Amino acid sequence: MSRTNQPPMTSAQLEAARRARISRRRRFFSQTYLWVLLLVLYAPIFVIIIFSFTESKVLGNWTGFSFHLYEQLFTGNAGRSLNSAIVNTALIALISALFSTLLGTLAAIGIYNMRQRDRKIINFLNSIPMINPDILTGISLFLLFVFLGISRGFMTVVIAHIVFCTPYVVLSVMPRLSKMNPNIYEAALDLGATPMQALRKVMLPELFPGMLSGFILSVTLSIDDFGVTFFTKGSGGLETLSTFIYVDARKGGLTPELRPLFSVIFLTMFVLLLIINWRAERGNTKKQNNDK
Amino acid sequence: MKNLSRVFSSRRTWAWPYVLFLVLFVVLPLLLIVFYAFTNGNGQFTLRNFADFFSKSEAVSTFIYSLAIALITTVICLLLGYPAAYIMAMAQFKTPQVMAMLFILPMWINFLLRTIATVELFRFFGIPLGEAALLFGMVYDFLPFMIYPIYNTLQKMDHSLIEAAEDLGANRTQVFAKVVLPLSVPGIYSGIIMVFMPTVSTFAIAELLTHNKVTLFGSLIQRSFGEGGLTMWNYGAALSLIMLLIIALTSFFGSPEDNDANQKGGLL
Repeated sequence: MSRTNQPPMTSAQLEAARRARISRRRRFFSQTYLWVLLLVLYAPIFVIIIFSFTESKVLGNWTGFSFHLYEQLFTGNAGRSLNSAIVNTALIALISALFSTLLGTLAAIGIYNMRQRDRKIINFLNSIPMINPDILTGISLFLLFVFLGISRGFMTVVIAHIVFCTPYVVLSVMPRLSKMNPNIYEAALDLGATPMQALRKVMLPELFPGMLSGFILSVTLSIDDFGVTFFTKGSGGLETLSTFIYVDARKGGLTPELRPLFSVIFLTMFVLLLIINWRAERGNTKKQNNDK
Repeated sequence: MKNLSRVFSSRRTWAWPYVLFLVLFVVLPLLLIVFYAFTNGNGQFTLRNFADFFSKSEAVSTFIYSLAIALITTVICLLLGYPAAYIMAMAQFKTPQVMAMLFILPMWINFLLRTIATVELFRFFGIPLGEAALLFGMVYDFLPFMIYPIYNTLQKMDHSLIEAAEDLGANRTQVFAKVVLPLSVPGIYSGIIMVFMPTVSTFAIAELLTHNKVTLFGSLIQRSFGEGGLTMWNYGAALSLIMLLIIALTSFFGSPEDNDANQKGGLL
């Protein structure tokens, strides 16, 4: 009876209002879920960043705001072993990424031109280092170096890193190759370019984006690695950031200087990802506009 | 035509350095694991290493325990990660990309640093290190690896399929169970592989998160390559071979050739 007193609303309108209310509630819950998850995920990171601005030896003990730890880190007073670990990490990452990119790009071109059967075999071999966990890659290489009587050190770590980085380069260059028009390389040769010139002036510019992402990926994989480095660095005192942290953490605490270092790495990665993301998004809108 | 085929055949040879490299640094080392696993310190054939493993109840229970921990971690990651990936892929945010990026970002930070950050967080809140800490830490470390592949497949999914299902009278649950979930299976597969494989083989994370209270299979392997000398290496190689088998079995169920490459590479 009261129905008639209400403002006239068709059942369809009622249904729509109910739907809107439910979907609003649903959206609220799902948004909250995401933010809570993110908060938990980032809590440890935030704690470390906050306590990078205080001098205390132990985390959780706030002894006043200070840039002291940052000063020590950037002026190189953070202790010799941490400094050399940082330098080693950077050197190993750059050298192995460079070699991986060269080796992987050549390999990708070669594999692309292979017969189906050979290609399948090489692709399978190429996928082994990607599937293999660090510990197995590390141990297998450890056994190889012992077997061949090669003393472990900087060189063996670089080789090991090339092993697990190159497959990713091959896979980043491959899509560029299949997108490329195969005739332009032949056209360059027909027009009198030597194979070397055709490679440099025709192929490389086309492949460059793939090579670049392969290179960046290699650098990050190399910096991130612990397991493989652990087994191939030998006992000559070579430490990278990962192995330094491992030794340090097993001793009981986190060296205070690692807090600002962590914050810097986090921020760098954050900015890098933002830039990549922003560029990708801009590329997408451009493409959409062109499609129109 | 002759000229063309010569060019092609010459370009095929560009892969040879890498093939040589793969044989020397991937195939040979794996064969060495097999060799060491089936020999004793003098290089004679033996099955002692495996017999040693199966006769030590401690080693076997460590193995089973590690499998269990890895499985539980994978399941928790899936239960927490799938909804997150689903919400991000479906919802009409202003900035879904940024949200996804925030979930992916931790993947790019050294996992030891992240593990230590969790250890410090536990210490900060006075939570004791142990089994629960281990599980939380593992989930924390590997959750992004579950979310990313699932998000990727869901996002690439043709959304008009959902509309079609709705038009044909399916309700939300039906749409999810019969359209979205089946289509996201490849992402689930690669997510499971990307979480299970590193968790089953890890050694450092467990040591740090439990203060050496809990030993995982990975730590067992790592320790046999420590001081012990040659006989221990043979034993360690046998353990490695067992792990290799687990990995081979796991990867057999997915198609890591496609997925693994996209995990990090897809981001760039």
